[in-house]
Amino acid sequence: MTVALRRRALDWGPPLLVFALGIVAWQLLVVAFDVQEFLLPKPTEIARTLWDERSSLWHAGIYTFKEALGGFALGSSMAIVVALLFAAFAPLGTAFMPFAVAANAVPIIAFAPIMNNWFGLLNPFSKMAIAAVLCFFPVLINTLRGLTSVDPRAIELMRSYAAGKGSTFRRVRIPASLPHLFAGLKIASVLSMIGAIVGEYFGGPITALGVTILNASAYTNFSLAWAGIVLASAFGILFYGAVALAERLTTSWDPSRRDFHAD
Amino acid sequence: MNDRPAVAIQGVSKQFGAGVTALSGIDLDVRPREFVSLIGPSGCGKSTLLRIIGDLIDPSEGVVEVNGKPAPQARRDHDYGIVFQEAVLYDWRTVGKNIALPLELLRWSRERRAQRVRELVRLVELEGFEDHHPWQLSGGMQQRVAIARALSFDPALLLMDEPFGALDEMTRERLNMELLRIWDASGSTIVFVTHSIPEAVFLSTRVVVMSPRPGRIADVVEIDLPYPRTAETREEPRFFELVTGVRERLAGRGAQVEPELAEEAGAP
Repeated sequence: MTVALRRRALDWGPPLLVFALGIVAWQLLVVAFDVQEFLLPKPTEIARTLWDERSSLWHAGIYTFKEALGGFALGSSMAIVVALLFAAFAPLGTAFMPFAVAANAVPIIAFAPIMNNWFGLLNPFSKMAIAAVLCFFPVLINTLRGLTSVDPRAIELMRSYAAGKGSTFRRVRIPASLPHLFAGLKIASVLSMIGAIVGEYFGGPITALGVTILNASAYTNFSLAWAGIVLASAFGILFYGAVALAERLTTSWDPSRRDFHAD
Repeated sequence: MNDRPAVAIQGVSKQFGAGVTALSGIDLDVRPREFVSLIGPSGCGKSTLLRIIGDLIDPSEGVVEVNGKPAPQARRDHDYGIVFQEAVLYDWRTVGKNIALPLELLRWSRERRAQRVRELVRLVELEGFEDHHPWQLSGGMQQRVAIARALSFDPALLLMDEPFGALDEMTRERLNMELLRIWDASGSTIVFVTHSIPEAVFLSTRVVVMSPRPGRIADVVEIDLPYPRTAETREEPRFFELVTGVRERLAGRGAQVEPELAEEAGAP
């Protein structure tokens, strides 16, 4: 137990130290060079604003996070369904995949104003839609890769057991694709928060975090803008962490997660 | 039991793509309960032949019958157990569930599966590892799980493609002995692909020597060493004679390996 604790301390200690030193250096440099607040506020200033405005910021954060979560759920689940279809019916994948890859290179965020027009500025669904589209392609591409890059001998073994296509899918392709699926979901978790916030920059209710940041900047309340950014980052990191935790719980069997083998 | 061959191969050829002939004019019968090794240099088509027997690929010409049935029918009837060079275990399944997977497909009840897994885990000497995942096992242990999985539904024919090729020499020799014990206990027929001459001689009732370009059968050597074969078998003069004989056939020299005794060798 103490060994495990010590290892954990060794894993987490250095990054935490770097983080703390970074914050201290930031504070000292801003004070030493007398940097103007509109350029870069002091960390203590941002922390104070976070505390003073905690109620409105928290509500704004939750509002925006719900949009991100909705978009993530919508985009990821659609991507998984499409990946399953493409993997099950190879000609479908061959016909559509080039478009999916090309669409992945499109700066999808540019569609944010269009989505606001389609679904309404104040309707959270307009932000969910942009987050969903952002999530869709990384999840689709990763999941499809997972479903189709299974060891061919694993498929041959199923063939030798006279297993049908459906059974091979359920028992081999889908479980084998989970590490790839999670790689896609982790990217999507971050993108969904970006999608929701940027969508709000093009207009949304004043209760939204993106609008709060935008307005705070416009009214030169920079410590509030930074506080909003810190909160948005915290939600993004926590969301990523939650997906990573789910990955750890469901794919603990994955040998590529291990750096050693019992021998 | 009966005189019908476990595997009957007639006139099998295989071309890949534009004029690459992997196999040409293969005729071979394997009797029930035989242990036949296919040996030859890379490119002689031994793995291809094994895959054709197992209905993983189709021959370009010729027919393969297993227990009197065409190969595809035999596959659908679960007549094959296959073991590859790598264990190819399902990483997300425990040892016990890997072994039970073919039985799930056969719709065995949970109790019957658990019972069979217990038997097999004992057979391959992995008691206590049922709930481990593949990453927690050494290469040799993983390969034993793969063998147990292939044996789970008691297939009439075990097809093994260099199953010990990736293991160190000591593990390989130990697993050779275990395989002979398992073969004796399970009563199945084995077709075994290998690069190793001593391994082929030690295990087999017959060694099929293949030569490349195009892949064909150069010779068949009867291995008249008595069973059970032990560590001492590897030190007998007859063992070395047979190893030399197979080596010379592989090199394309026609030195005869004289049958030592008129009496029937100890093949079961």
